[in-house]
Amino acid sequence: MADKLSDVERIKSESRQLRGTLTESLANPLTGAIAADDTQLSKFHGIYQQDDRDLRSERMRAKLEPAYSFMIRARVPAGVCTPTQWLNMDRMANDYANGTIRLTTRQAFQLHGVIKRNLKASIAGINSAMMDTIAACGDVNRNVMAPVLPALSAVHRQVQADAERLSDHLTPATRAYHEIWLDGEKLDTPDVQAATVEEPIYGKTYLPRKFKTAFVVPPQNDVDIYAQDLGFVAIVEDGELKGYNVTVGGGMGMSHGEPETYPRLADVLGFVAPDDLLAVAEAVVTTQRDHGDRSNRKHARLKYTIEDHGLDWFRGEVEERSGVTLGGERPFSFVANGDVYGWQQDDAGDWHYLLFVENGRIADRGERRLMAGLKEIAERHRGEFRLTPNQNLVISKVDSADKDGIDSLLREYGIENSSQASLLRLNSMACVAMPTCALAMAESERYLPDLVSQLEALLAESGLDDVPITMRMTGCPNGCARPYIAEIGLVGKGPGRYNLYLGAGFAGERLGAMLLENANEAEIVGALQPLFERFAAEREDNEHFGDFLVRSGVMRRVDAGREFHAASAA
Amino acid sequence: MTSQAAGSIALPLDNQQTDRLTAAVNGLTPLQLYWVSGYTAGLAAAGVPEGELNAGAAQPAASPGAEDTLTILYGSQTGHGEGVARELGEAAAAKGFAVKLKSLADFKPAALKREKFVTFVVSTHGEGDPPDDAELFHEFLLSSRAPKLDGLRYAVFALGDSSYVNFCQTGREFDSRLAELGAERALPIVECDVEFDTEAKRWQGDVVERLPTLLDSKPAAPLLRAVENKAAYDRQRPFPATVLSNQKITGGRSDKDVRHIELSLEGSGLSYEPGDSLAVVADNPPALVAELIAHFGFAEDTPVAAGDETVDLRTALERYFEITAPSLGFLKGWAELAQSESLNGLLAADRQGDLKDFFASHQIIDIVRAHPAEVTAEQFTGLLRKLAPRAYSIASSNTANPDEVHLTVAVVRYDAFGHTHEGAASTYLADRLAEGDTVSVYIERNNRFRLPADDNAPVVMIGPGTGVAPFRAFVEERTERGAAGDNWLFFGDRTFSDDFLYQIEWLRHLKQGGLARLDVAFSRDQADKIYVQDRLRERGRELYEWIEKGAFLYVCGDARHMAPDVEAALVEIIAEHGQKSREDAAATLKELKRAQRYQKDVY
Repeated sequence: MADKLSDVERIKSESRQLRGTLTESLANPLTGAIAADDTQLSKFHGIYQQDDRDLRSERMRAKLEPAYSFMIRARVPAGVCTPTQWLNMDRMANDYANGTIRLTTRQAFQLHGVIKRNLKASIAGINSAMMDTIAACGDVNRNVMAPVLPALSAVHRQVQADAERLSDHLTPATRAYHEIWLDGEKLDTPDVQAATVEEPIYGKTYLPRKFKTAFVVPPQNDVDIYAQDLGFVAIVEDGELKGYNVTVGGGMGMSHGEPETYPRLADVLGFVAPDDLLAVAEAVVTTQRDHGDRSNRKHARLKYTIEDHGLDWFRGEVEERSGVTLGGERPFSFVANGDVYGWQQDDAGDWHYLLFVENGRIADRGERRLMAGLKEIAERHRGEFRLTPNQNLVISKVDSADKDGIDSLLREYGIENSSQASLLRLNSMACVAMPTCALAMAESERYLPDLVSQLEALLAESGLDDVPITMRMTGCPNGCARPYIAEIGLVGKGPGRYNLYLGAGFAGERLGAMLLENANEAEIVGALQPLFERFAAEREDNEHFGDFLVRSGVMRRVDAGREFHAASAA
Repeated sequence: MTSQAAGSIALPLDNQQTDRLTAAVNGLTPLQLYWVSGYTAGLAAAGVPEGELNAGAAQPAASPGAEDTLTILYGSQTGHGEGVARELGEAAAAKGFAVKLKSLADFKPAALKREKFVTFVVSTHGEGDPPDDAELFHEFLLSSRAPKLDGLRYAVFALGDSSYVNFCQTGREFDSRLAELGAERALPIVECDVEFDTEAKRWQGDVVERLPTLLDSKPAAPLLRAVENKAAYDRQRPFPATVLSNQKITGGRSDKDVRHIELSLEGSGLSYEPGDSLAVVADNPPALVAELIAHFGFAEDTPVAAGDETVDLRTALERYFEITAPSLGFLKGWAELAQSESLNGLLAADRQGDLKDFFASHQIIDIVRAHPAEVTAEQFTGLLRKLAPRAYSIASSNTANPDEVHLTVAVVRYDAFGHTHEGAASTYLADRLAEGDTVSVYIERNNRFRLPADDNAPVVMIGPGTGVAPFRAFVEERTERGAAGDNWLFFGDRTFSDDFLYQIEWLRHLKQGGLARLDVAFSRDQADKIYVQDRLRERGRELYEWIEKGAFLYVCGDARHMAPDVEAALVEIIAEHGQKSREDAAATLKELKRAQRYQKDVY
């Protein structure tokens, strides 16, 4: 650890618990941006500085700075929100953002296109509905995910409560958020600056890198537990929640051309009883806080800490810090990492409608008026909404008497899960990418629907339209839409160019491997077509596409992240 | 300035030398004399020791320090390029060389002419595209606008990713284009893949090792250089300036179309000072000419008198007569021809205000449409004034932009009385000239709008809208001169996002010290309209302190509303913070004006 600390460490350390010069940056009328150091700190407050990349070149010629705006991410622990909160988010989107809402792959809300002078009002508005944005991004524990599958309602309620409990426990304690955004009383005194009293778990410099936590209830792996830094797999016996298998060290992000970075699936650390949950989670967080790499941000996620030190060492640290001895792994298995669409009834008799939202974008587009339709549903609905980890939405806890009403609204606004939507589309996911995401190297959300249309046609030709296949695209290798655990994964490399990954497990339990590097659309479609045909001809009963590619030897099997690049076929 | 330099050039010769020179050129033909003038100029450019030229060195050829500075320019998408550039800078600095490290986004391409040795570290992204920060430089370098670079040496370090088709494309383009422009390749181009550390170290070593030779000797300059025959271009003989660029500088959602126009003065011998204007001889909009001809039903080849000549009507209306803004003479004449009571009424002695508004809102075509009269072509043109050149406050410093002149032009285009109206000169510049076309121009001096002679004096500039143009020249000039006095700019317009003229440049000046302060007022970004005079009042205390410290105040822009409002605010500020009565404050401002510390360029 003798290496020089990364610059973000300096920024965190000098930030006085995330204050930095954010207040001054907001007050500067000469630029729509905030100070460079503050762009790192704002993430901890749930705010990313972005600019409209479609306009970047035009504005540079016009001698105008980039069209800066901000993305605001609101935390929704376990993905549960009330109709009032939905209506509030709708209002914020129309008053201050670009008139759309984005549901994220981590069950959070995103607003895009908020300009600096509206930032404070937006954050205050979000908080007015008892929702916040703190720790939605940044080097801290982010939005805690939990499954939405409504069928196992009793267990689900317990798991959701545990998720919310853990979310509260790991939320940064700094008062900076309230001071800056909510005009809270200033605690920014020398005493506070000197001490770490504000952050009992994180300390002065927080975590080395982002940290993602999720809960899951098998057999559905909708949260993609293997992609999480910290995971809790509910162990249910005789309908009763016994505790959790703890998983650690999952993560998607990597960098092109840097084989020492790779996506990695989480390992099971052991079993924990519900009562010991917080202690164990905190021990995992503090072990990473103290041992994670703070010199190289590309090597700072928990997955590398575990690769570097070994799982046994890690378990020892966690047991010592928590005072909890972990039990042996309990058996479990997953069937899918996608969502189950349409109406389902839970054990208490309530109904839940899982609504397909293509790429998570709530907007009015032609006949499909999602924004307006969901606003009206929220005005009438007495239950809840649940944001799913696959960027969809559950209209949850619908009384039998209200079910027909919801149905007719879905039809009226043209947003019911269309019989036209193919299984490929229903199992597809894209990150935002262009034009707002600064990291994007290629299109994603704006392009994936077109590519799906082309592949749908090929699948239909091969008679595969009744086979669900997961397909995910991201504009960069950081992997927000978890492409490395989709059966067809596409990762942006340059305008119109993608790396193609195949062979991942349908339940997100196995990584894909690269088939094509830097390929254009024709090359991607050209590579997939013969594979679809062969799959159709040689498929075993209920076999999934990824499993087939591995069984037939087209792709190598990849379970361990460190073997990810070596398994590449390109 | 030119004539003074020419006069003093003779001074360094003593009597003997003068005799020898006279003997040498005696009997030469004009063509031979011309050749000799080029020969001696070439000798001078090749490096006459500076001391010997001092007496006549009115304009040093290069900015101070450029001689022995290593210039490192980088264009970088991921920061790798910047890292390599920075390391080179550190290595060179460690050996005692002066280093100038800049992003290509912050480097004015035309300034390459003044450099001696430049290293480029540039990456390529996507399908052979330059990184964002190199985009404009790349475009300029590859365009026909790029200057000859005979005196330049360079080295290129190209970064790329070999999994892309056009690997290191941008670096390759830089390398070959620089050679094409006459620059000398000091080191062969280095092309690197994603793993570049080793090659970077080696290249940095090579560059640093060769620096003593590269920076010490000048590359062989051509010994003979044709010296332009310096003709004085003026009102009678405007210079055909080539359009170098015509760039819209308002954003996509702006109501306004404002252009930054760059013209070449190369070969004209013209020079100007901050505060001067450029007169543009513009043709009238052809569409308006056609509308007028059609309105009257004239034949477009009807011969009419245009000064001493007789030309066809169409040419006369296009080039010779003012056909947009009506004159008082036109209005009087037309009122008579049309026997219009309402027009005659406007001319009454007690309706001066109405008349002023009428002129501000009506073009000639509006008058002839609303008040028809049967006239001949000669009768109509007989009422018209001669088309006068339009003067624009120059937006560039000649020192910072040798051989160029820049304008900030608001394109006048609006609907009124059911028809589209266009400003003649602004649409001529914006719409009817392409890059590479020429436009007839000359310099109009404005000695009543000049920077303080004392570089230590603070300067306050108030220039909303295109009124900011001369202040771009002021700040460039003061920066170039290294003037120690602080500069404070007040700018205003409609919206922050789309009307903040030259925003990037102002932010850069602010960062680099060219501006000490910048206050902005955007009238449409909030419920209440806020203007520059409101910002002046908010900053009243500091502004008064600046005035007390000897600041010079400048106002440029709209004469009807802005300038009086600003003046009223200044009087208020002096009264409030100087604890004076209004009358005394007004007298103080008047005194500042007399002392040329309060200057206006309003129109």
